[in-house]
Amino acid sequence: MELRPSAPTGPAGPTRVADRTGAFDGAGRLVDYWATVYLRTWKGSVVSSFLVPLLYILAMGVLLGGFIKGDPSKLEGATSYLAFVAPGMVAAQAMTTVFGEVTYPVMGMIKWQRIYYSMIATPLTVGDIVFAQLGFVMFRVATVCAVFLAVMSPFGVFASWWGVLVAFFVQLLIGLAFATPIFALTAAMKDESAFSLVFRLGMIPLFLFSGAFFPITNLSAAMEWFARLTPLWHGVDLTRMLVLGTVDVSMAVVHVVYLGLLAAAGWWLTVRNLQRRLVD
Amino acid sequence: MTTGAEESMIRAVDLHKSFGAFEAVRGIDVDVRRGESFGFLGPNGAGKSSTMRMIAAVSPVTSGELRILGMDPAVDGPSIRGRIGVCPQEDTLDTELNVRDNLYIYGRYFGIARAEVRQRSEELLEFVQLTEKAGAKVEDLSGGMKRRLTIARSLINRPDVLLLDEPTTGLDPQARHVVWDRLFRLKQQGVTLVLTTHYMDEAEQLCDRLVVMDKGLIVAQGSPTELIRAHSTREVAELRFRIGEHEAVAPKLEDLAERLEVLPDRILLYTSDGEEAIAKVHERGLDPVMSLVRRSSLEDVFLRLTGRTLVD
Repeated sequence: MELRPSAPTGPAGPTRVADRTGAFDGAGRLVDYWATVYLRTWKGSVVSSFLVPLLYILAMGVLLGGFIKGDPSKLEGATSYLAFVAPGMVAAQAMTTVFGEVTYPVMGMIKWQRIYYSMIATPLTVGDIVFAQLGFVMFRVATVCAVFLAVMSPFGVFASWWGVLVAFFVQLLIGLAFATPIFALTAAMKDESAFSLVFRLGMIPLFLFSGAFFPITNLSAAMEWFARLTPLWHGVDLTRMLVLGTVDVSMAVVHVVYLGLLAAAGWWLTVRNLQRRLVD
Repeated sequence: MTTGAEESMIRAVDLHKSFGAFEAVRGIDVDVRRGESFGFLGPNGAGKSSTMRMIAAVSPVTSGELRILGMDPAVDGPSIRGRIGVCPQEDTLDTELNVRDNLYIYGRYFGIARAEVRQRSEELLEFVQLTEKAGAKVEDLSGGMKRRLTIARSLINRPDVLLLDEPTTGLDPQARHVVWDRLFRLKQQGVTLVLTTHYMDEAEQLCDRLVVMDKGLIVAQGSPTELIRAHSTREVAELRFRIGEHEAVAPKLEDLAERLEVLPDRILLYTSDGEEAIAKVHERGLDPVMSLVRRSSLEDVFLRLTGRTLVD
């Protein structure tokens, strides 16, 4: 067998690994890793990713919603509470999926299994690693939200098919706008002890008070303004106007720009923080 | 296009590495030639791992010059990493994946075609004697098997240089010998090996040439035999007296050896004839609990150069 490599390189020498060809090449080399991870873990994520959202729809949208006879003008144009809450829950699900993917798993790859260290020992760069992992997170958001939207379609809450299609892509934007800042935060955190705060003081209040379950006009004036600053509200409002067919173009642009800037800034910070963490 | 410079696999001139105010590497010169087996010997904290990480192009050089395969790690990091193999001190295997998948995904990081990686994985599993464990989860492997898998993984890109940071630290004696045997085979095949160790026996077995590091500096270099010849005597007589007697006995023995070291648990007499020295100890009416004669080792070289033992 031939393991050895140190012979002078020539026509008969060991084949040289092709040098990097472009931005997508490095991340592409990580596809097999993430595919292997997904094949190993998808069964475990079925309940939390696919079943729990459906239970929410059933409990909150259908059963609880049956008691709520709101005036459409008070429900941001939705004709029923179910129609109001469903798009909010899709957006919230995009967010919670992301929180799960870029907290403990990232810390594990830094500290416990040290998998990032095996990756940077190869031609891969930190930028490649971040790109590929965000790609995987987007894949998770896409599958979860696609299932969610597909299951909601028989309930007659969608105004148009194209609105739902655009809303699907908006979920990816929402996902990215949460994924990159939290990934950056995790990369800068010493250990996992602060994650419980991230979930309890970050994710859960966002989930409850960003307009997914009730119109934020119901909040006090100060709270309402605070809610309008949160990324989830921008995501919820954008998703809802697309699903219900009540698109306000100027507001939609604000939402997209806000989420896009957050995603871009977070991405930059993630690469910087992870570089500092791994390469010293 | 083969030039003299290309034959120098790793060249460092006045290499420094600092972490904040702490200077881990304080100016070292190193030149590793093709096909050579080169070692960094020193205790924990000597700067060996910091040096290795700079050579592996994952830790920026603070100052000085470093060339790996003729390339500058600050500029050509990915190209350098594509042509070296790294076996880190702490395992970085994915413990939830099986043995074969660990090799496969790692090979893909180098951009090696899928079919080619699969074939190389099987060859390497054979080489490190893990073929039967190919389907086992890594978390179920013993420490020695994990280390062999890490070595196999580091060979997946057929590297020009293999870097091994403390390759057998933490392994039991039997597992160490299996790892040494595999590394020795690689050496026989002409692979350029660069390793760090704080085990003198490992350095003596595997290294053609080594540098002794202490506190971020190189304190001596040469082949194991050259170092022993230059910094120690041919033989060492080790004497153990009853607890607390060593300090009192030592002055009575000083004239029996070229040099004498008092360690907490024994006295070492450096001499060309150990048996004769021990005979004289008894003639003087001293009665050590234990005495033996052995050949000088790198441990003695290190003790001489630094006044400290390697493993403490």
